[in-house]
Amino acid sequence: MSEKVLMKGNEAIAEAAIMAGCRHYFGYPITPQTEIAAYMAKRMPKIDGVFLQAESEIAAINMVIGVAATGKRVMTSSSSPGISLKSEGLSYLAGCDLPALVVNVQRGGPGLGGIQPSQSDYWQATKASGHGDFRRIVLAPASVQEMVSLTFKGFDLADKYRMTSMLLADGTIGQMMEPVSLDMGEVTQYDKSWALTGTGRQRKPNIVNSLFLKPEELEQTNFERYDRYAQIEKNEVMYEEYMMDDAEYCVVAFGIASRVSKNVINEARKKGIKVGLIRPITLWPFPKDALLKAADKCKAFVSVELSMGQMIDDIELSIRCKKPVLLCNRVGGMIPTPQDVMNAVEEAVKIGG
Amino acid sequence: MVVFKKPDSLTNAELSFCPGCTHGIITRLVAEAIDELGIQGTTIGVAPVGCSVMAYNFFDVDMAQAAHGRAPAVATGIKRSDPNNIVFTYQGDGDLAAIGTAETVHAAARGENITVIFVNNAIYGMTGGQMAPTSLPGMVTQTSPYGRDTEKVGLPVKVCELLSNVDGATYLERVAVNSVPNINKAKKAIYKAFKNQVEGKGFSLVEVLSTCPTNWGLPPAKALEWLGENMIPYYPLGVYKDKYAGEEAAK
Ligand SMILES: Cc1ncc(C[n+]2csc(CCOP(=O)(O)OP(=O)(O)O)c2C)c(N)n1
Ligand code: SF4
Repeated sequence: MSEKVLMKGNEAIAEAAIMAGCRHYFGYPITPQTEIAAYMAKRMPKIDGVFLQAESEIAAINMVIGVAATGKRVMTSSSSPGISLKSEGLSYLAGCDLPALVVNVQRGGPGLGGIQPSQSDYWQATKASGHGDFRRIVLAPASVQEMVSLTFKGFDLADKYRMTSMLLADGTIGQMMEPVSLDMGEVTQYDKSWALTGTGRQRKPNIVNSLFLKPEELEQTNFERYDRYAQIEKNEVMYEEYMMDDAEYCVVAFGIASRVSKNVINEARKKGIKVGLIRPITLWPFPKDALLKAADKCKAFVSVELSMGQMIDDIELSIRCKKPVLLCNRVGGMIPTPQDVMNAVEEAVKIGG
Repeated sequence: MVVFKKPDSLTNAELSFCPGCTHGIITRLVAEAIDELGIQGTTIGVAPVGCSVMAYNFFDVDMAQAAHGRAPAVATGIKRSDPNNIVFTYQGDGDLAAIGTAETVHAAARGENITVIFVNNAIYGMTGGQMAPTSLPGMVTQTSPYGRDTEKVGLPVKVCELLSNVDGATYLERVAVNSVPNINKAKKAIYKAFKNQVEGKGFSLVEVLSTCPTNWGLPPAKALEWLGENMIPYYPLGVYKDKYAGEEAAK
């Protein structure tokens, strides 16, 4: 068994990235994720890696594009306002089919918002992350251990499918300290014969590009990308079920909200309420099938979110509005209390009968 | 004996520039520099958004196409990934001196060891002739139909002058491609900007005054005259910075 070390969530991301073979980090300071940059600034020079503080998040994501184009593992991290600035680059990463890991340690918004934890970038992460038709793998860690494992996984999936993975974390888990195992096994190597490495006058030039002026060609690139997305929806969905075997009510929550929810489920069970939890780990691809299955036996759902209700849309779509879905939420940096969640579960019992 | 041939670093793709546009000359000069330095196999180019967006089809080297204005940041990533590769950007004035000003200034400030070819044609060519940061005072464009009113929109941005105050920059020269002697000087400057990178000397930028006959509304020959009579007086040619000039003179 591998040894465990005590680590802060944000630092765990950075160390996991290095273990995954990432030697290039570009970022711009913003709370609450600056520890990632600080960690990289210390570590990278010691392992022949590159840490560079860019002049903006726009520049940082374009530097990421540059390294990704050469076929090497690369990452950037930011928090909500900075991710907005990266949107253009995220769209280009998609259009150029480049692998990269982007971390968003979310804070409350809109605008400058606040610096306390939030999940209000759910829509941005899963649906509206830039112009054009494209998807992105979105991973939602709920512990420091998952900061490690999902960072590792994020790089792997990015390479495997030639696309961006986003680690969608929140300030609470970013700041939390927990014991973690850093043993993630071997890094899988993928073919990168498309990369810009210099032709050596031995092969035809490689071109990394998202411009296709002929509509039928552009359409084809979209079709091909969506074929890949279909594979991902089939093969890469991750979620955790907790006490769902006999559940009559289903709480859906990710990240920090799922931790609060788990405790409440234990308490509710003591009261005789048969409630369980589905915790999406991949927010895209969303665990649609698991939810639809749950809709057959559960009477009502509760979506616990640190937003005004964003994931709830995906829940309703997944269960095709077969059962009522209640929203239990706090925003602006506030976290739903166990009592908030208990009240929502009891309300679900009333409605669901 | 072959006295004139296509540089190896150009593909057979037809250049997409309008007839008589000097973008074509500049593209060729870049390819000649790459050939002459023997760096075709290790060169990676970054195409901008603008009339030279298709540069990724013209150069017979690995190429990336960057978002509007972001080429110096993309080039930074490529160069930092493998400093042994020779990385260049080829950008217009809207790309480099408006939307991409921050990326340009900071790549220079970091002394990023890349080569920037900056094509200043005083107009947004690709989008059909709007005012550029470099459009001359009084110049009529689609978005300055009464002439560039400097009271309202300010004076043009002079990139070489601006960057000459950035300590990180190594080599800045402004050239023009409106006559054979000027083209010869432009060729030397572009060669030097690449050679600097090969020698690890840092950030080099060559500003090339270029024509846009289509959007200036002038026949190609008149456009060359207009460049000489209007642009060169406003944008004086010459070396604006050469960190290693003394060293080279001493050799
Ligand atoms: C973000 C963004 N804004 C605007 C455009 C539209 N656009 C395409 S080319 C261009 C101007 C290019 O002008 P310049 O850089 O001077 O190059 P030229 O075409 O003259 O060579 C603009 C504004 C774009 N593609 N992307
Ligand atoms: S629009 Fe102007 S700059 Fe663009 S290719 Fe035509 S002449 Fe050249």
